[in-house]
Amino acid sequence: MKISREDVVRVAELAYLDLSESELETYRAQVDEILEYIGKLNQLDTENVEPMAQVLTDDQTADATLRDDIVVPCGLAVEILKQAPDPEPPFFRVPKVIER
Amino acid sequence: MTTNWTIDAVRASLEAKKISARELAADFYKRIEARNAELNAYLALSPETAYAQADKIDALIAANEPLPPLAGVPVAIKDVLSTRGITTTCGSKILEHYVPPYDATAVTRLENAGAVILGKTNCDEFAMGSSNENSAYGPVKNPEALDRVPGGSSGGSAAVVAAGLAVASLGTDTGGSIRQPGALCGIPAMMGSYGRVSRYGLIAFASSLDRIGPFATNVKDVAAILQTIAGRDPNDSTSTSAPVPVYTAEIQKPVKGLRIGIPRDYFGEGMDSGVRQKVEAGIELLKRLGCQPVGIPMPHTDYAIATYYIIATAEASSNLARYDGVRYGLRVDDPTLIGMYRKTRGAGFGAEVKRRIVLGTYVLSAGYYDAYYLKGQKVRALIAQDFREAFTKVDAIVTPTSPVPAFKLGERTSDPLQMYLADIYTVTGSLAGVPGISVPCGRICGKLPVGLQLFGPAFGESRILQLAHAFEQAGGASL
Repeated sequence: MKISREDVVRVAELAYLDLSESELETYRAQVDEILEYIGKLNQLDTENVEPMAQVLTDDQTADATLRDDIVVPCGLAVEILKQAPDPEPPFFRVPKVIER
Repeated sequence: MTTNWTIDAVRASLEAKKISARELAADFYKRIEARNAELNAYLALSPETAYAQADKIDALIAANEPLPPLAGVPVAIKDVLSTRGITTTCGSKILEHYVPPYDATAVTRLENAGAVILGKTNCDEFAMGSSNENSAYGPVKNPEALDRVPGGSSGGSAAVVAAGLAVASLGTDTGGSIRQPGALCGIPAMMGSYGRVSRYGLIAFASSLDRIGPFATNVKDVAAILQTIAGRDPNDSTSTSAPVPVYTAEIQKPVKGLRIGIPRDYFGEGMDSGVRQKVEAGIELLKRLGCQPVGIPMPHTDYAIATYYIIATAEASSNLARYDGVRYGLRVDDPTLIGMYRKTRGAGFGAEVKRRIVLGTYVLSAGYYDAYYLKGQKVRALIAQDFREAFTKVDAIVTPTSPVPAFKLGERTSDPLQMYLADIYTVTGSLAGVPGISVPCGRICGKLPVGLQLFGPAFGESRILQLAHAFEQAGGASL
């Protein structure tokens, strides 16, 4: 067994996911099976291999992708707030964050 | 009218004034009304936008003005792509009523080219799946066999084209989600190289893997759509500045003498015998067209699924953190902020999404990052190297698209790992960033479509479009 119930509880906390007891057990078992399968990567010696974070080619260098730091208008605030669950323009209202 | 429309046929009929753009759109809406309940392929229809565009095209025709390249062509858009004013759900309850305030670049480019957007297509939730059974809005049925899956995650986009409910559509591919449904539904389907098409407005699943690409009824139309949506976009810094060739001209180039790599690692166990037979017949056809088959090693093929499901889920866990009930989408109330996050996400995400968030968060967490995520990135480098080395010896690589034809609804849903293994031939190219196309390669027992996949070198879209076109013209679909 690679992953315990406690592992899944901890991960669900990190990911802000409410999981029921049955979900916890189901996902634990399934993720366990998947992690078992993923273990095959240990068959490979990757000691001298550079990790590859992205597949971008030479023309996608920093020089090519940076632009001047100029503010470009984006007039969508009103439209965006119309979609919000609890808007109080120009704010998004949320439950209390700071305990007094 | 039950014509099988192509982009060229639409053009010709509009120019000859045999039909108006509005009449054509109306015809497609009639077809959709007749079949969509059965297929569940469209999630939302956009007649207002569609007819407004059609009327613009008709005005140009009336004034004898030149028409843009996709004038009046009815298209469908996968529901992970932002469309201004049209609901965009990503197949999820968490975005059930979300209406984007902007268009994805790929969508804007289609509209600027005159295309008529009929609606948004069903897909696996947040593009996670290989069968379109993970949609919060019900599965899509394969038009070729209604008790079977269309493939995923772009099952809806594939089904609408295969069923004649759109002339072309856009899907997205992260691990095979364009190519595999194309294969299972019997139509050509393509993803360009990573960076070929701007991802601006694509609601992200895995940012180093996601790509947008076309479905159509023939390879030339795939080429035309790709040409329209490809190209540098300042809004996506990962989009390449490399110029976009005229793919519709490139496809006419002869394929005689091209070296096609046959990777023995793709032809081992796990392939359905019917698929094997058709794919081998496909390779024979390519030989008859003058292509030279060359056996090539791709030694890290067997590790691709494991690598993909580390990297993609890790990136997804990060990308899906934004669904917290604060600014858009579903909110489930709670007196505390954290409680609101947890309840919203618990209620709004489906099982597959939650499973991948759990896995992705785990492989990134302290103590496991090196063993899983970092290891995954290293193996990814090895897989990319397999492709680079292969392309020093061959011009394209030929494989089956899917190890199995369309499977029955519910057949693979109880075991997630079984479902993941369906991606075995497609995830390799996804990890390496190379372009890939699936082209129809016969039907098993005359019924279930099989796809032949072609990989090209980075930005070698022309090459694989050429081969796919020649294959199609030589009768590949009837093998």
